[in-house]
Amino acid sequence: MLRRLLLPAFTGVLLLAAWWIAFAAGAFPVGTVPSPEAVAWAFRSEIEAGRLPDDIIASLYRIGFGYVLGVITAVPLGLVMARSVMTREALMPWINFFRSLSPIAWIPFAILWFGIGDPPAIFLIWLATFFQVVLATAAAAAGVPKVYYRVAEDLGLSSSAILFRVTLPAIMPQLLTALRVAIGVAWMVVVAAEMIAVRSGLGWLIWDGRNGLRMDLVVCGMITVGTIGILLDLVFARLARIRSVRWGFDR
Amino acid sequence: MSQPVLELSGVGFEYGKVSVIDGFDLTVSRGELLMCVGPSGCGKSTLLALLGGHLAPTRGKIDRHGSSTRTIYQDGGLFPWLTVRENVASGLDRKILDEQVRDRKVADWLELTQLTEFAQHYPHQLSGGMRQRVELGRALAGETDVLLLDEPFSALDYQTRRKMRRELVSTLAARPRTVVFVTHDIEEAVQLGDRVVVLTARPSKIRRSLDLPPGRARLPADPGVAEAEQAILEELGLT
Repeated sequence: MLRRLLLPAFTGVLLLAAWWIAFAAGAFPVGTVPSPEAVAWAFRSEIEAGRLPDDIIASLYRIGFGYVLGVITAVPLGLVMARSVMTREALMPWINFFRSLSPIAWIPFAILWFGIGDPPAIFLIWLATFFQVVLATAAAAAGVPKVYYRVAEDLGLSSSAILFRVTLPAIMPQLLTALRVAIGVAWMVVVAAEMIAVRSGLGWLIWDGRNGLRMDLVVCGMITVGTIGILLDLVFARLARIRSVRWGFDR
Repeated sequence: MSQPVLELSGVGFEYGKVSVIDGFDLTVSRGELLMCVGPSGCGKSTLLALLGGHLAPTRGKIDRHGSSTRTIYQDGGLFPWLTVRENVASGLDRKILDEQVRDRKVADWLELTQLTEFAQHYPHQLSGGMRQRVELGRALAGETDVLLLDEPFSALDYQTRRKMRRELVSTLAARPRTVVFVTHDIEEAVQLGDRVVVLTARPSKIRRSLDLPPGRARLPADPGVAEAEQAILEELGLT
């Protein structure tokens, strides 16, 4: 456990040292890369002014809203697609078509349809989540061994009990993996969306820093985005350790 | 004659154009341990799916006389997201709502199947034999009339298989049930059953019904065992 903390901390210190030495040696053209000290000061000023916490909250609100909306709309459709061959055949090519489109490509439409503010960003996060989760849910549910359903029939479970006590627990390990991938993609999309469609959030912090040639603010935003990305991933990694889900990862 | 619990009259089943089962007439009596043997792919599992109501016959009629059935599968029938205790509890009658009664019944079944100390384990943490004991506990916990066993011990090693046969017999002695047991193992059939039904290759028909001497968990040297084994081998054309 200690090694798992110390090793990344050590490589982080090495990276920081390399950055500092390269900056001190004048390896970067003036104004293209800030010094570590400048970034540290940018963090301090952004936190003291309350801007960084506000931007973090704004980004987390958008990803939370869009992601949850994406999951609660995608999982039922995925389950229907797994059960109904006709639905699957009718929708699968289109799910794949839209899944291949980067959500960023939708930015012009998102702004036209929803204007400026939270809704276009939430719409883009929904797009980033929905198609991935539909596909993963459909594949996982279609792969649930038939024997579980026969046992459920023998046990006299109702249709809703089969859904909640057989299908959902059976697909949970695969679904969790898909949700973990989807949150990473959604986090990337929220930052991109905020650069264009809104005036707050970590994406906006980076974009605004770029507009003002404040590369210290840009790096401050980037470090915050990366750190929150790690934390979000850790949350999902912890979920995989829940006893009733761990069977899917232990085998 | 004993009370019938399952009666098949002219039962046939086709998967598309493939005839799997052809004109079965069979009666299973209450408390009987009926063994079904036959060549691979002859439709033994299809027969159990029909008896369990998971498939409907394309011809003929199955009369269950109001009896409930549960199937124990070769492997993988346990819910891997539930512990041993939870799997066994899932087999209890849903009408039992009192938690204390449910806990006591689960504890009884865990003790009978010698799984008490593994109650909090998950199926993937158990050996094949232990998993089959959990299946047995879950199937029996529901006060089901008929147990349908689909080659339940075939994935186990020889020693575990023999042990499991004895455990099945002792469990049935403690909690009698009607059992239809499908196997490809002739030795298993003649050592365990009250009667053996020999099936033909697909489309499957009943070739012969063979009554066995009284007593279960027979030894190879017990009277009538070798003769019954020989008779089945002859029916299957394996001599």
